[in-house]
Amino acid sequence: MGAQKKRAAAAAAAARVSEDPDDLARQPLQAILLADSFTTKFRPITLERPKVLLPLVNVPMINYTLAWLEAAGVAEVFVFCCAHSKQVIDYLENSEWFSQPNFTVKTIESHNIISAGDALRLIYEQNVIHGDFVLISGDTVSNMSLTQALQEHKERKKKDNNAVMTMIIKKSKPSPITRQSRLGTDELFMAIDPNTKQLLYYEDKADHSKGTICLDKMLLAENPSISLHNDKQDCYIDICSPEVLSLFTDNFDYQHLRRHFVKGLLLDDIMGYKIFTHEIHSSYAARIDNYRSYDIVSKDIIQRWTYPYVPDVKFCGNRATKLERRGICFTAFNSEIEQSRSAQVGSFTVIGYGTKIGSNSKISDSVIGEGCTIGSNVLIEGSYIWDNVIIEDGCELRHVIVCDGVIMKAGAVLKPGVVLSFKVVIGERFVVPAYSKVSLLQQPTVHDSDEELEYADNSSGTVEFSSIQGTADQSNGEMTSESSEAHKPKLGTGGVGYIWSICEGGQEEEWRHSVAPIPEDKLTELSEAMDDDQELVTQDRTALSTSGELISDSNASEGDDNEDSKDDSVYFEKEVEATFLRAVEENVKVDHVILEVNSLRLSYNMTSADCAGAVFYSMMKLAIKTPHSSASELQQNTANIITTWQKLLKSYLLEIDEEIEIILKFEEMCLESAKEFSPLFARILHILYDKDILQEDAILRWADEKEGADESDKVFVRQSEKFIQWLREASEEED
Amino acid sequence: MVAHGRQCKIEGSQATARQTAELLRSVISQQRVPYTNQAGALIDAVKAVGEQLIAANPVELAVGNIVRRVLHIIREEDLSLTTAAIGELNLSAVSDDENDDDRDGNTTLSAAAVAAAARSTLRPPSLQTLLEDTPVSAAVPQTSSSGAADKSSRSRKLKHDVIEAVNELIQDIVTCHEQIAEQAVEHIHQNEVILTLGSSRTVSEFLFAAKEKKRSFRVFVAEGAPRYQGHLLAKELVARGLQTTLITDSAVFAMISRVNMVIVGAHAVMANGGVIAPVGMNLVALAAQKHAVPFVVLAGSHKLCPLYPHNPEVLLNELRSPSELLDFGEFSDCMDFGSGSGSPLLHVVNPAFDYVPPKLVSLFITDAGGHNPSYMYRLIADYYSADDLVVQRRAIAGN
Repeated sequence: MGAQKKRAAAAAAAARVSEDPDDLARQPLQAILLADSFTTKFRPITLERPKVLLPLVNVPMINYTLAWLEAAGVAEVFVFCCAHSKQVIDYLENSEWFSQPNFTVKTIESHNIISAGDALRLIYEQNVIHGDFVLISGDTVSNMSLTQALQEHKERKKKDNNAVMTMIIKKSKPSPITRQSRLGTDELFMAIDPNTKQLLYYEDKADHSKGTICLDKMLLAENPSISLHNDKQDCYIDICSPEVLSLFTDNFDYQHLRRHFVKGLLLDDIMGYKIFTHEIHSSYAARIDNYRSYDIVSKDIIQRWTYPYVPDVKFCGNRATKLERRGICFTAFNSEIEQSRSAQVGSFTVIGYGTKIGSNSKISDSVIGEGCTIGSNVLIEGSYIWDNVIIEDGCELRHVIVCDGVIMKAGAVLKPGVVLSFKVVIGERFVVPAYSKVSLLQQPTVHDSDEELEYADNSSGTVEFSSIQGTADQSNGEMTSESSEAHKPKLGTGGVGYIWSICEGGQEEEWRHSVAPIPEDKLTELSEAMDDDQELVTQDRTALSTSGELISDSNASEGDDNEDSKDDSVYFEKEVEATFLRAVEENVKVDHVILEVNSLRLSYNMTSADCAGAVFYSMMKLAIKTPHSSASELQQNTANIITTWQKLLKSYLLEIDEEIEIILKFEEMCLESAKEFSPLFARILHILYDKDILQEDAILRWADEKEGADESDKVFVRQSEKFIQWLREASEEED
Repeated sequence: MVAHGRQCKIEGSQATARQTAELLRSVISQQRVPYTNQAGALIDAVKAVGEQLIAANPVELAVGNIVRRVLHIIREEDLSLTTAAIGELNLSAVSDDENDDDRDGNTTLSAAAVAAAARSTLRPPSLQTLLEDTPVSAAVPQTSSSGAADKSSRSRKLKHDVIEAVNELIQDIVTCHEQIAEQAVEHIHQNEVILTLGSSRTVSEFLFAAKEKKRSFRVFVAEGAPRYQGHLLAKELVARGLQTTLITDSAVFAMISRVNMVIVGAHAVMANGGVIAPVGMNLVALAAQKHAVPFVVLAGSHKLCPLYPHNPEVLLNELRSPSELLDFGEFSDCMDFGSGSGSPLLHVVNPAFDYVPPKLVSLFITDAGGHNPSYMYRLIADYYSADDLVVQRRAIAGN
């Protein structure tokens, strides 16, 4: 290891000497910096301030990214602003980034963009990218040298025009217990060709409960050797060729860079575009994706892994700090702080300019911003306190994030994982429960899990904020009464703010992404669960060996596929339903609806049977939603709708299979979502037959199929027995 | 001003020093000189820029040194002009029958000579000035305002002279390696064994110069962890045909008994003769002292710092990235803050410099010759004026 390390260092030193700046200078390198993460992980803070301007060790995150881009030899950066774009642009205009020689920063602003894909499509339209570019998001901290990666990318590009992207990866072992990386992201599986470094497989949402991942067999057939890694971390720094932008434009459904674009390219073997990886060893790169990575990256910065982007080196208008020795470790101090003699400031702490610390207060492993006032007997541990925060005597803060302008009254306690957003006031001796998020803004009502809606909501956050802040400033009393009205617990006497209820993931998942270390009991719980799993697995194996029966792998993968497609089909059904309802409301022509449903079908990769099912489902849904008083009226409604839209439905009924699918769907509906139909099953079947939507063959085959089924499944066959009988006779007569 | 974007991007104090001097030269040439108190204006301008430069990277002492040198140059030139003018006035005032030769001789005296003369009158004479054969004829400057007529020409002359002197300074910085290397033959003898640590351009030039003068000697190179610049030095030495042995830093003590002289480079030389040098140097110095091996430090005059070291291990040190020591990915599981108390059990500290106290240094070789550590403060007094030790604008209100 030692020798190897030394060689690496010597090589690095040699590279530094031989580094040829001409190569980079020939074509000025461009970069696209997305100043919006298009997620909601940093809520409630990001409702009021864009993520890229959140301070990371007292410097707004975007400065780390820009400083790195400048140092890496990028000549021109396009900063794409979306949510809170005005704040970002104002900040950049007042910073020194606009006045750098040899480094231009340009902003591109758009408000109706909801994903990275849309952003890149917009940039493509503007036609500003002329050569290879670096794609990065504004919350990335790195100190790597791009020279080598860029060189490799260019050489590959020369040989193979399809090598459009180089992804930077870094070694980082995920925890075997929690199944997440140290940055709090999900365990990532990558298959890489060890020789060419080509990326063959990328999966960040592997299902751990199953304990399996599935690789396409073709991968193995085409590539003699594959190394499968789970100890790589995606740095979210990509070197892209200009083709990438046009790819985004061609595939208008690409939204997410990884989930859609990377996976899309890997699956799509028609165009043959290839993605390669570049692994960095000694340099640092990480993206701040959630609160945990905020914590981890902050600590990495304080521990100087990101050198030279550390608090005591001036890199972007930050005030110079000086280090002081605490034991063997170092603490960064600003020269002008007022600190009581009895206050204890521990190691790995950064304290901002003009902060006052009272007597007997203990601070360790924390970052404290500028102009804060900390009372006496305060305990601060592993916390991130931003600017102008007032913490009165006797407060306790452990592993929390406290935003600008927060006031904590005497004796208040923040349990681990708490996030206090801007200007919240915590009442005297109030204990904020663990993992809660407190904001002056009320929690937006949770939409369905459609991510796009959340994105859209993100950008409208500013408006919401300005209106609510007005009320917040009026008077504290009013605010507290308001908060108590809103069924939220008050924040103690004189407290201002709402505690957000924990959303979707629930308490269960909160610990994964919070700033607090993972609690001990969670770890033991998980490791026990894992032990159980392992026992199960071994039991399975022994069972297998004794019975001598082998479960084929295909079985497992099929299960996985089903799972996936089930997910997809749910989304698909929803989309189709929405389209259909809109069509009904707006009187869209049938042809147009067919067109729209077809495009949905292509984007979700569905069969026409699925479409037929979905369309039929939405029609029935509509029928049941139309007001009706009796069963006969419902039947009448259904008949009307079917008559109006039969053309639409028929366009998907190409074969008998699709028709059977409709019957099955209907049966399912009657059993589950729309029980009102169940008494009408036979009659509606008849209507469908009358309208030529279903052929008799289909109905008969359905009946035959059901012959062998359980009694419970046969309910509807029974119900329509007469009808089926009649059909059979009719067909016999014909014969 | 292009002053901001230069943090941590220039490697090596010589390059930094040269660029600083060049930048200050352009500042001076762009500065519009007012009618009165031109020197004050120049000093103000230089200090303003200098302050920013120093703040940009407080650890690189060469920047501050050059700023102070330039300030010193301005003061000296101003003083020499004043003395010259006063001398002129005095001479013309005292008597007319003073012959013209004397006058011409007086005015055409080099600025440096006059400055040296003025210095000798203002300060306790340094060894160098005593040795210099200067006519100490200049009259003691009197506080009489010189004629306004020649002021404008004087101001232009001042600026011109200062730029000339700064050019000389830049020249000095560029050629410091050669000037130091010239002395190599006096120090390195036939069949000696030299030990050095890490890589320094001054040291390599020094060794090459000795080699060129047909001295045959052997070099032990300690590799200089964690940056391993010793490897590069060894490569260069071998390319020049020198017998080279590469050892680890930790083997220095074992090898020192076979060494005749330790020759190393420095990051900065402090006013007390202490040395800020790449990490590991203190170890070498202690080993050398133990075995009574001369410990010679090579330093260009731009590395002489007029400050006294206070808490140099921390304040004048730079903590570099821990990734030079170990691979982050390899140890990422040791660095998991997510479990336990939230602070990692593994800390990696990578200081860039060591402080070698003056008593361990046998000899300094600068471009002005060899000096004892205890003589450093006199050398520094030659290069810097005491007013500039603190480069902060508010301190110069009285100027």
